[in-house]
Amino acid sequence: MSVLVGAHSRVLVQGMGKHGTFHAVGGREYGTNVVGGVTPGKGGTTVEGFALFNTVEEAVRKTAANVSMVFVPPPGAADAIMEAADAGIPLVVCITEGVPTLDMVRAAAFLEGRPVRLIGPNCPGIISPGEKCKVGIMPGHIHKGGPVGVVSRSGTLTYEAVNQLTALGIGQSTCIGIGGDPIIGTNHTDALRLFNDDPGTQAIVMIGEIGGSAEEEAAVFVKQSVRKPVVGFIAGQTAPPGRRMGHAGAIIAGGKGTAEEKMRAMAAAGIHVVKSPADIGAAVAEVLPTR
Amino acid sequence: MKVHEYQAKALLSSFGVPVPRGKVAYTADEAVEVAKELGFPVVVKAQIHAGGRGKGGGVKLARSAEEAESIARAMLGMRLRTHQTGPEGRIVRRLLVEQGMDLAGSREMYLAMVVDRARESPVFMASAQGGMDIEEVAAKDPKAILMETVHVAAGFQPFQARKLAFGLGLPASTLARAVTFMQAIHRAFEALDASLLEINPFLMTRDGALLALDAKLSLDDNALYRHAELKELRDFDEEDPLEVEASKYGLNYIKLEGGDVGCMVNGAGLAMATMDIIKLAGGSPANFLDVGGGANADQIRNAFRILLADPDVRAVLINIFGGILRCDVLAEGVIAAVRELGVKVPVVIRMKGNNEEKGKAMLRDSGLNFTTADDMSEAAQRVVAAAKGAK
Repeated sequence: MSVLVGAHSRVLVQGMGKHGTFHAVGGREYGTNVVGGVTPGKGGTTVEGFALFNTVEEAVRKTAANVSMVFVPPPGAADAIMEAADAGIPLVVCITEGVPTLDMVRAAAFLEGRPVRLIGPNCPGIISPGEKCKVGIMPGHIHKGGPVGVVSRSGTLTYEAVNQLTALGIGQSTCIGIGGDPIIGTNHTDALRLFNDDPGTQAIVMIGEIGGSAEEEAAVFVKQSVRKPVVGFIAGQTAPPGRRMGHAGAIIAGGKGTAEEKMRAMAAAGIHVVKSPADIGAAVAEVLPTR
Repeated sequence: MKVHEYQAKALLSSFGVPVPRGKVAYTADEAVEVAKELGFPVVVKAQIHAGGRGKGGGVKLARSAEEAESIARAMLGMRLRTHQTGPEGRIVRRLLVEQGMDLAGSREMYLAMVVDRARESPVFMASAQGGMDIEEVAAKDPKAILMETVHVAAGFQPFQARKLAFGLGLPASTLARAVTFMQAIHRAFEALDASLLEINPFLMTRDGALLALDAKLSLDDNALYRHAELKELRDFDEEDPLEVEASKYGLNYIKLEGGDVGCMVNGAGLAMATMDIIKLAGGSPANFLDVGGGANADQIRNAFRILLADPDVRAVLINIFGGILRCDVLAEGVIAAVRELGVKVPVVIRMKGNNEEKGKAMLRDSGLNFTTADDMSEAAQRVVAAAKGAK
């Protein structure tokens, strides 16, 4: 079982440049049903066997795409997200890094009230390994189908955690990279809710970072509603305040958003917090009800 | 990107925000010239990208040309230390010389705009307690900070400005001015793609005039591509030279005080986690360094150069989770960089990707000072031991 993406997903790629095409091919090789791409002006042509369309509306009409993966460069990324939402695509995954914050403010307002979920931007994407569906840039081969849901703000750190799980023989239902920007579509709490409701997910890994208060809010939700074991890790325990650690969202500002604060809130909510990133897999092995 | 106070004030002024008259000066002579132009008294303000300048001796009143000159001479080149600069302080290279304001009977308040993550919108904040560290105000009395969310489509509305103005206790006679002032702040924030715009203090003089007595402005780096004119405001003297150098090669480097283990990692989250695990292993990370999602030979070489320019580094940990990356190609890049740059310090490498065993064998057979590790924890322990051994 999985959440968000799976065997039913028909994936459209917005921005079939070098990057977009590379990962469209990667997705197809993994087993994902990639139904085409959108590059304005290239409609009617094909690239790597993928049909290209001028607009998302046209692509949806002709391919019945129900997921969009956005690779459009930063100046047009928010526009691409809104175009996908307007075309009625229910799930938009924006991989693009470097989208201006005020563009995302506008896109978030545009999405409000529409039947669409946004993942990202600045994220590795989503993968449901048991159903061979990869919508993103993550290495597919380190994943394995199974009962653990993973949600994370990071890219390679998520791969690290997944790799630990797979090495222990523990598979994943779905891994969701929610992205490292200040304004993102789906947050930790949203992802936890999805995993909590998914009968195929038996345990959850939540990987956070310094900055903001999304992890604290997620901890409140875990305490109130989540009935599955959750393992948590926060990156940036040694990060200095006031410095942006790579991700636009990863900054301790005004004494807020420290790893210590987040870990405390998470532990108080009953989350199994590990201090070392090397212990994530082992902690899951301990809490997983059935193997 | 942060800009200086004088740059922020010039920008705000162009949007109609009233600011004191003033000009930037790079030398004492220039400062005197500006002061004479403005008339005395003037305020001489050190321009560095950090707050708390007043307490550190970076803001002084001059009543005469002689005073202005001696203050400017003392300030230029001084190492200004504030609670935001850290113990190393910042060298003062530019001054803002401004007309001295008569503060008798005036009120100092606080105004700011930021993008609020939870509301997914810009918010306007105001507090009657200006001139103070707003973080202290927020910690002691959160209710003392008034907040209005800016609607994306409608923008910042006059009724919101009125709510803030009445909340600050401004007299009805200044209401129209206050609304105009705040709307100008909002226009500037959106037009400049700001991430933070802070007016502290926001001054009301005895006769009811409103002024931005200080201004702090940070711009969204992701939006700079559409503001060519703002890019030029970047002051490289305010940044760590190694960090600037790193950014030229698409590397994200941040020096950490007191550490001795250099780290080179792909991805920001993994880079932070690597720092954390070094600390847990009893060591101390010397830096944050994200070489990006990929990591090619060129980047590895530049990353090494930047890491080793830091004399505190006693050992290096390379942690690359490649996935689709070929470890033999990575190993080749690392070996070439170490040979070319004559790297002497021990290097511990942990890499994940294709052809991992082949890559490890290449490192082992190179005859260079490499140690490999299979997981992060082992890698951290080895590099911490190596750093201690190297002392």
